[in-house]
Amino acid sequence: MAKRVGMEVSLGVSEAVKVADVDVIAAYPITPQTHIVEHLAELVANGELDAEFIPVESEHSAMSSCVGSSATGARTYTASSSQGLALMHEILYIVPALRLPVVMTVANRALSGPINIWNDHSDIMSERDIGWVQTFAENGQEAFDLSIHAFRVAEDHSVLLPVIVNLDGFTLTHVVEPFEILDRAEVAKYLPPYKPVQRLDPEHPMTMGAVGIPEVYTEAKKQMEDALVRSKSVVIQAWKEFGDLFGRYYHPVETYKTEGAETLLLTMGSVSETAMTAIDKMREAGKKVGLVRFRLWRPFRFEQFVEAVKGIKNPAVMDRAMSPGGPCGPVAAEVRAALYDQPNRPKVFSFVAGLGGRDVQVSDFEEIVSRAEIYAEKGAPATYDLIGVREI
Amino acid sequence: MSTSSAIIGWKNLTLGCAILEPGSSRKLKTGEWRSQHPVLDKEKCIKCAICYIDCPDIAYSQNEEGYFIADMTYCKGCGICANECPKDAITMKMEEE
Repeated sequence: MAKRVGMEVSLGVSEAVKVADVDVIAAYPITPQTHIVEHLAELVANGELDAEFIPVESEHSAMSSCVGSSATGARTYTASSSQGLALMHEILYIVPALRLPVVMTVANRALSGPINIWNDHSDIMSERDIGWVQTFAENGQEAFDLSIHAFRVAEDHSVLLPVIVNLDGFTLTHVVEPFEILDRAEVAKYLPPYKPVQRLDPEHPMTMGAVGIPEVYTEAKKQMEDALVRSKSVVIQAWKEFGDLFGRYYHPVETYKTEGAETLLLTMGSVSETAMTAIDKMREAGKKVGLVRFRLWRPFRFEQFVEAVKGIKNPAVMDRAMSPGGPCGPVAAEVRAALYDQPNRPKVFSFVAGLGGRDVQVSDFEEIVSRAEIYAEKGAPATYDLIGVREI
Repeated sequence: MSTSSAIIGWKNLTLGCAILEPGSSRKLKTGEWRSQHPVLDKEKCIKCAICYIDCPDIAYSQNEEGYFIADMTYCKGCGICANECPKDAITMKMEEE
């Protein structure tokens, strides 16, 4: 039986990476980093994890090292955040293009300026189209479980794509939570050793990362996107098998008290737990409210989402990032797109909150719900509401 | 590989567009691009091999007499060899119809 321990969530993620038995970790250990790679460096140094830890000179080099490492067939991991993730940006597109199953934890934090490394989703919303599978954790246990799941999905021969596990910076990464730590033997039942389909090998020379002329580039992108779209079924199947083995089941779209709901909150990440408390409170007061949480952000599960919001009058999306100059928050935009073709589609209300580490409280969700109800009746603003912004 | 042989459907691409066959750049006949070509004056040539080293298309190889000669299948006429030759033994001549 797995042991239940209290541990900082960052260290818990490191333990997940350890029991996943990675071969190579490349990371740049400076702000904005987390204790994840710091603890992994300790685990490698003290012999608990037999892996190569490459302390590189920048996050750009960290992801570049991951490309090289994964290309040789090594199980490869890194973690990043905020400005660090932004510096990786150029290389992030190359990993899925080469079909390399790198796994990365992103501790979601704001992008400067003003200088800020507190929690929001600005960093990852800038990386929406990089072609990685992306999941969002709501708590420490999920961060641990999704990390193991990430390797399983990434290395599946019908996927062979990199995976990002998102977890909220500070709100999750720097807090101590109780969770069950699986050991190597248990994880081995779920996660077999990585068998690359192709790898760099001097005995069998091959080229990865060649030029894609205009006659090839479109087809190359199509091949990668096709794999990403098809990865949905592997993601879901791998979650089912995880649940069958360890008792915790996960789904691309999770619902909470949506039965009979008229106003629906839509969230992603750790605020979902605060949102659940808000829903409980509002339900007790007789309000018809429910909650939908996105766990799988890429590929986006239109079918499951549409099913989850069927019959809902007022979906209210809470984004934790802005799309300056755009029509709404980035998640709200996708939700609108997902519902556009539905018969009797509801209006989707867009709210942005919790930027740059500003606390999102139960009262904020109550505010969102009451505004959504008013907008449903009297018409909504053309863009979005920035919750909690001081006007004077 | 000429451009035309790259026109295949996405389902037929190798995983991640990897090139599985070593030395496939030999198939890229860059000589088709050429508008001028190098001409060697053997009187001036000291067989120093700088043209051979600097050629970006590895078009040069040494013949039996020890001179370095560019293979016109691959020479794309960039003129680096002529520019770098310490004895000005190479001159670039326009391709004629």
